[in-house]
Amino acid sequence: MIIDSIITRLNSYICITEKYISDYLFYRMKLLVCVSKAPDTTSRISFTDGGKRFDESGVQFIINPYDEWYALVRAIELVEANGGSVTTVTVGDATCDPIIRKALAIGATDAVRIDAIPTDSVQVASLIANYSKNEGFDIIFCGKETIDHNSCAVPAMIAECMGLPYVAIATSIEVSGSESTLVAEVSGGTNNVTVNGPFVLSATKGMSEQRIPNMRGIMSARSKPLIVVDASDVSKMSEVNEFKLPPVKGDCVLVDADNAAELVRLLREEAKII
Amino acid sequence: MSVLVYIPTHDGRATNAGLEVASYANAISSGSDVVALVSGDLSGDGGIGSTGVSRVLHYATDINDNSQISKLVTSAATTEGAHTIVFSGNNEGKAAAPRVAISMNAGYVPGVTSVSGGKSFTRNVFSGKATAVVDVNAEVSVVTITPNSFGIKDQGAADASVEAFSAEVGDSKVTLNSFTPTSNDGSVPLPEAVRVVSAGRGLKGPENWGIVEDLATALGATTACSRPVGDMGWRPHHEHVGQTGITIRPDLYIACGISGAIQHLAGVNQSKVIVVINTDPEAPFFKAADYGIVGDVFEVLPKLTEAIKAL
Repeated sequence: MIIDSIITRLNSYICITEKYISDYLFYRMKLLVCVSKAPDTTSRISFTDGGKRFDESGVQFIINPYDEWYALVRAIELVEANGGSVTTVTVGDATCDPIIRKALAIGATDAVRIDAIPTDSVQVASLIANYSKNEGFDIIFCGKETIDHNSCAVPAMIAECMGLPYVAIATSIEVSGSESTLVAEVSGGTNNVTVNGPFVLSATKGMSEQRIPNMRGIMSARSKPLIVVDASDVSKMSEVNEFKLPPVKGDCVLVDADNAAELVRLLREEAKII
Repeated sequence: MSVLVYIPTHDGRATNAGLEVASYANAISSGSDVVALVSGDLSGDGGIGSTGVSRVLHYATDINDNSQISKLVTSAATTEGAHTIVFSGNNEGKAAAPRVAISMNAGYVPGVTSVSGGKSFTRNVFSGKATAVVDVNAEVSVVTITPNSFGIKDQGAADASVEAFSAEVGDSKVTLNSFTPTSNDGSVPLPEAVRVVSAGRGLKGPENWGIVEDLATALGATTACSRPVGDMGWRPHHEHVGQTGITIRPDLYIACGISGAIQHLAGVNQSKVIVVINTDPEAPFFKAADYGIVGDVFEVLPKLTEAIKAL
């Protein structure tokens, strides 16, 4: 009897130890990076359909720089250092595939495209949250904002939809097991914070440096999985009624370099600004 | 029905960004009650009453986690039957407001710059290269206001009445280890600054920033810099304005020795008046400027500082 009980107990210790060792040896970080298509920074901005739609003709599309330079590259660096996988997710139609292949060429493991035309941030965030909720991602990386809509909305909305903590506008992240330590920009300074368990972050400058895909990356990206999934049924809460271009600036008034007082007079009397 | 506005505070007083969102909430209320919500220390009414807001809900605990702020605001918005919820477009507002939009099943319009009617809101898009009029299709609208876009409208009104408010905000899963302020010199933080003096590679080295700081001091302005200057470590990163840095919207932006690359313009093109000082008459920045001086910053800046001091 006593020997039996000792054996049972030993067995249970061995099981626990095995689980601990396998968790330790086979723990793989599972990261998700939200990647959005954006017009190149230097694109000429114009509108069509009576100002309702961005005119895409002749526009070069790129990976939204915040998603690429900071979120994606930092996620890849973490997986290179600790093991694991980086999945990218994009809400969009097939015109997004070239930028998704570029993300794979930079070093993402695989990619998912949710087949829907993005309309507003509530729709995009709900689609990504619905896809992610059963996937068990450890960290969901987003860029701070897209350079077309400048909203900074999707990451916080994903966090709310999934009931996760959210660290906004982060400039660095270090991960140790299930614990992540980040630096984030807040009003008047920076916060150093720690999060335990899964969470969402938005990344900005400082996280990492831009990476140019090498030939091997570009070749391997062709055969990496890009899975297209149907969009779940979600509603949008807002829509753009009209885009407008800002009024054209008048000519710059030049003041002689020796006449700083004249500039001050103009700022005071004409611009009424000082 | 009411308009609920979440007011950022510092040392018990509404910040400039806070007074601005209170003023905005008043301007769009068109007959609805305007209710302000504050968390943490509050001395008196925090100056909020001056904007014409007559009721302040006060949650006594200081909370910083966006999840908790969201629960607090959602609770107050539900209690007050808010149809519009207004946040500042500072980093904290941008982190909490989208959560409220989800929890309230609301439409979300960030970066609003002016007052328009009903459920239509005007905001900047394409890094300031265009504006969009956004219609909300839901009963409730959640908006953030771009700092320094609307301004503070002091109505000289009486103090607001302050009521204690309690709500279940849950535990924060984000532990704050430390806070590092960007500057201790007491200057206004860049996103809220009304006047900014910015300099670039034309200054030739970090040791030459004295003339920039002198002009900023004379004007009561905050200093900023271009990306290369931040990257080379001449100036701290938090001063970097532009596409990948901070977006600002001051009344006056003076650019010294900055050529005006499109990425830089994206961060500053919403400034009300832009002054460019550069030796190169072909610098692209002159096309975006209201006033310009073609000349050497090392000669022009001291003269400009003297002329300002002479006012």
